[in-house]
Amino acid sequence: MLSNSSMRTPLGRVRGLGSAKSGTGHFWLQRVTAVANVILTIGFLCIVLSLIGKPYGAAIATLAKPHVAILMLLFTVSGAVHMRLGMQVVIEDYIQHEGLKILAVMANTFFAIAVGAACAFALLKISFGG
Amino acid sequence: MAESRPAARPLSPHLQIYRWSWTMAMSIAHRATGSALYGGTLLIALWLIAAASGPAAYETAQAIAGSFLGRLVLFGYTFVLLHHMVGGLRHFVWDLGHGFDPQTRTNLAKYSVAVSGALTVLVWIIALTR
Repeated sequence: MLSNSSMRTPLGRVRGLGSAKSGTGHFWLQRVTAVANVILTIGFLCIVLSLIGKPYGAAIATLAKPHVAILMLLFTVSGAVHMRLGMQVVIEDYIQHEGLKILAVMANTFFAIAVGAACAFALLKISFGG
Repeated sequence: MAESRPAARPLSPHLQIYRWSWTMAMSIAHRATGSALYGGTLLIALWLIAAASGPAAYETAQAIAGSFLGRLVLFGYTFVLLHHMVGGLRHFVWDLGHGFDPQTRTNLAKYSVAVSGALTVLVWIIALTR
């Protein structure tokens, strides 16, 4: 038996609170974005294939179509979230020094948000920028 | 002699200790491809920014992508993307509680190479015949 001086049940104490205080949120969001990415990656490949050989004007016209732009937005945002979570695990596994680890995890977040924002801005400019 | 320095005893065994297996190789490949895609997302962002910047920037991006080195990188990116996707599908099988027995898990690892390789060739056949 584990010593338990608290009145709370073991289940009550662990529910939603692992050592990272975010429960299974990381694990689950990694899976949710993974499922989304399977569908979105297939769509992304179809879009890229359809753009091959197109001159600038035609390529922009394709990327500005609502269904293409929406799929590309979802692909880049879901991809950025997924890659941030994945790289965080890699950092936590391999970087031993605590301060360096925190810096790397922070830099990872900055990179994922910057890449996601850049993709989103570019896609919106293509659609609305005229 | 009381030394506070930790004894140089062996830590947990690392890669060089183990005989290579399919599941081990594909586990490493999944992490490696995920890390490669992390950098690859930057290429997608740069391509979208070029498209949003105007005809000159887009033509430059297309010229780089269409060069020998560019095509080599894109071919590698295609395989890495599809390998990570198929590897992810393999993880979904495990997440749902199936495929843990030795024969199935080895087969799944082998199939993930074959399927992602075949899909890569398929994508490039479509790309090069357009």
